[in-house]
Amino acid sequence: MQGRWKDSIHLIRPAAVFLAGLLLFLVVRAYIVPPTFGQYGHYRGAVLDEVRARPVKYAGQETCAGCHVEETEVKGKGKHATVACEACHGPAARHADDPGSMRPMKPEGTALCAGCHEMDTAKPKWFRQVNTKEHMPGMKCTECHAAHSPALH
Amino acid sequence: MMTPVPGVEGFMYPNEVELQWSLLIVLYPYITGLVAGAFILASLERVFRVKAVKPTYRLALLTALAFLLVAPLPLQLHLGHPERSFEMYLTPHRSSAMAMFGFVYLWYLLVVLLAEIWLDYRADIVRMAAVETGWRRWLYRALTLGSMNISEEARAVDDRVGYWITIIGIPSAFLLHGYVGFIFGSVKANAWWSTPLMPIVFLFSAMVSGIAAVMLLYMAAMYMQGKKVDMLCLDTIAKYLFFVFLIDFSLEMLDLVHRIYEADESFRSLDFMVHSRLWTSQVVIQIVLGTCVPLALLAAVLVWRFSETARKRMYVAAGLLTLVGIFAMRWNVVIGGQLFSKSYLGYTSYKLDFATREGLLPAIVLMLLPFAILWALVKLLPPWKPEEGDRDGVCPAAP
Ligand code: HEC
Ligand code: HEC
Ligand code: HEC
Ligand code: HEC
Repeated sequence: MQGRWKDSIHLIRPAAVFLAGLLLFLVVRAYIVPPTFGQYGHYRGAVLDEVRARPVKYAGQETCAGCHVEETEVKGKGKHATVACEACHGPAARHADDPGSMRPMKPEGTALCAGCHEMDTAKPKWFRQVNTKEHMPGMKCTECHAAHSPALH
Repeated sequence: MMTPVPGVEGFMYPNEVELQWSLLIVLYPYITGLVAGAFILASLERVFRVKAVKPTYRLALLTALAFLLVAPLPLQLHLGHPERSFEMYLTPHRSSAMAMFGFVYLWYLLVVLLAEIWLDYRADIVRMAAVETGWRRWLYRALTLGSMNISEEARAVDDRVGYWITIIGIPSAFLLHGYVGFIFGSVKANAWWSTPLMPIVFLFSAMVSGIAAVMLLYMAAMYMQGKKVDMLCLDTIAKYLFFVFLIDFSLEMLDLVHRIYEADESFRSLDFMVHSRLWTSQVVIQIVLGTCVPLALLAAVLVWRFSETARKRMYVAAGLLTLVGIFAMRWNVVIGGQLFSKSYLGYTSYKLDFATREGLLPAIVLMLLPFAILWALVKLLPPWKPEEGDRDGVCPAAP
């Protein structure tokens, strides 16, 4: 028994090396992994506060509606009812807070419209699409379609 | 009308046109396969006591280590932020097969391979620590971990522990490569990959490639050292290669027959792909040149008598073709799985770059690297003793 022990003791050494490595890993891990990791899920809990602290860029359609009653009404009746104001005009929270401080962009229609309506087989069939090279080339879309209510009546 | 995209035929979803998993992702299962295969060959001698393959035992272990060290590199190069890969150890994500793979890898490297190599070489290391000079002396001294006990009894203990590690090692090697197959086989959205046979096909092809690689490396090493190849050993390895290859081939054919007979909604599209874009790499290289020809060569040796020289030549040819064939198999899985549209209405093509991060050049370097590491390992831990007639260097006489 005594001899057996003496002749196996060297196995302790690699085991000790493994353990030392494991320990080092755990120490490094304790330092590197952010303390709030895993608080709510597989991410850093503190990130929520950081995101919340970012300035808001989009005001949301209800806010625009408070001042732009006419546009909202026109759009609400047309086919673009489901397209939010800022999808076309860009983020406008600063404008909504103080209209004089910043003017939302007033997009030149054609490129904007093509961004959503250009023909592409990968888009669902129900979505209205045109090939802009063939559909009334050389004219601005807004010459015939009103941006806020695009159907031709 | 859509503007035609070069290389695209029919309809592709926008995110399918360009292949995201490149040649480097082909290398990854190829290299891990060599690791698992080489290890399983080594375990033949250790656990199943196939004495004839003894001369390749240590070489197989070192080969497994050299390739295992390189295995993660293609993945690292593929990543835009390789440094973040370490995070999968820090904050393990238990529901992701890919994320957990890091642990399988570490387990295999540290607990199986390094431990087994250390135990097997310990006596040599202690001996070399005594006779070597200069920096090598210090290296060997460090490798002894400070224990100089190489008495008969201590060696016996090492042997027992090594035996048990190999026993754990076999399922670990299966896990290592079965896991790689699982990562592909579990992609439900990809009809080319999604089959429960994938892990087992990967496993057997891994054994095939690993055995072929060690067989060739053994012949090359003997040739370079001007030593005589042990023919009994070589014949035995070739015999195992043949039988494992036969199982591998049967599994792949089973998959094929099943697909053809089931002919589900993906079949016409995949069938067309195999007959067009994958014809050369799948049918010509993988099946005919990389499987049927080596199988025929290996079978011929079992059926007819050939001279030693003829057998050696046949083994070299069969081994090389096998390695090419298994590489083609990885290629056809990884690249093939991305060439067809998930709408089954179109096909794209893979454009291989040369000197880019994921191009041909890094792939070549990554494929040469394990051989450089192996060369250094063989210098450091010689698998064969220089003297004639020693226990590790020579097979027992043929019965
Ligand atoms: C507090 C009231 C108010 C709110 C809320 C508001 N606006 Fe305005 N908006 C104005 C006023 C006032 C003007 C006219 C400013 C001017 O002509 O200098 C204007 C002008 C505009 C213009 C025309 C700019 C131009 O160059 O002609 C656009 C486009 C616009 N607003 C979009 C929006 C959008 C989108 C929202 C919602 C995110 C929004 N507004 C919210 C008051 C508001
Ligand atoms: C589909 C894109 C689109 C949406 C959605 C949209 N707009 Fe517009 N809007 C335009 C375009 C394009 C113009 C410029 C029209 C032109 O030049 O004839 C414009 C012009 C305006 C103008 C300036 C009108 C003028 O006479 O100068 C205001 C104000 C405006 N939009 C407010 C809104 C508000 C408020 C909403 C949400 C209720 C909204 N828009 C939603 C595209 C859009
Ligand atoms: C953010 C994406 C978006 C942009 C930008 C956009 N649209 Fe639309 N468009 C829609 C959606 C969504 C519909 C509604 C589709 C439906 O419900 O059938 C629509 C519907 C239409 C329709 C069909 C009307 C009908 O009678 O069916 C026309 C015409 C149209 N848009 C023209 C335009 C024009 C012109 C522009 C540029 C000023 C434009 N759209 C910009 C999303 C967009
Ligand atoms: C010369 C006038 C004119 C111009 C300019 C024009 N359109 Fe039209 N558009 C039409 C007419 C007319 C229709 C057919 C309306 C219908 O069938 O209800 C139409 C239909 C559409 C439709 C619906 C297609 C469908 O399948 O139902 C879309 C979307 C559309 N246009 C987008 C655009 C876009 C985007 C532009 C700018 C590139 C544009 N249009 C420019 C006159 C025009």
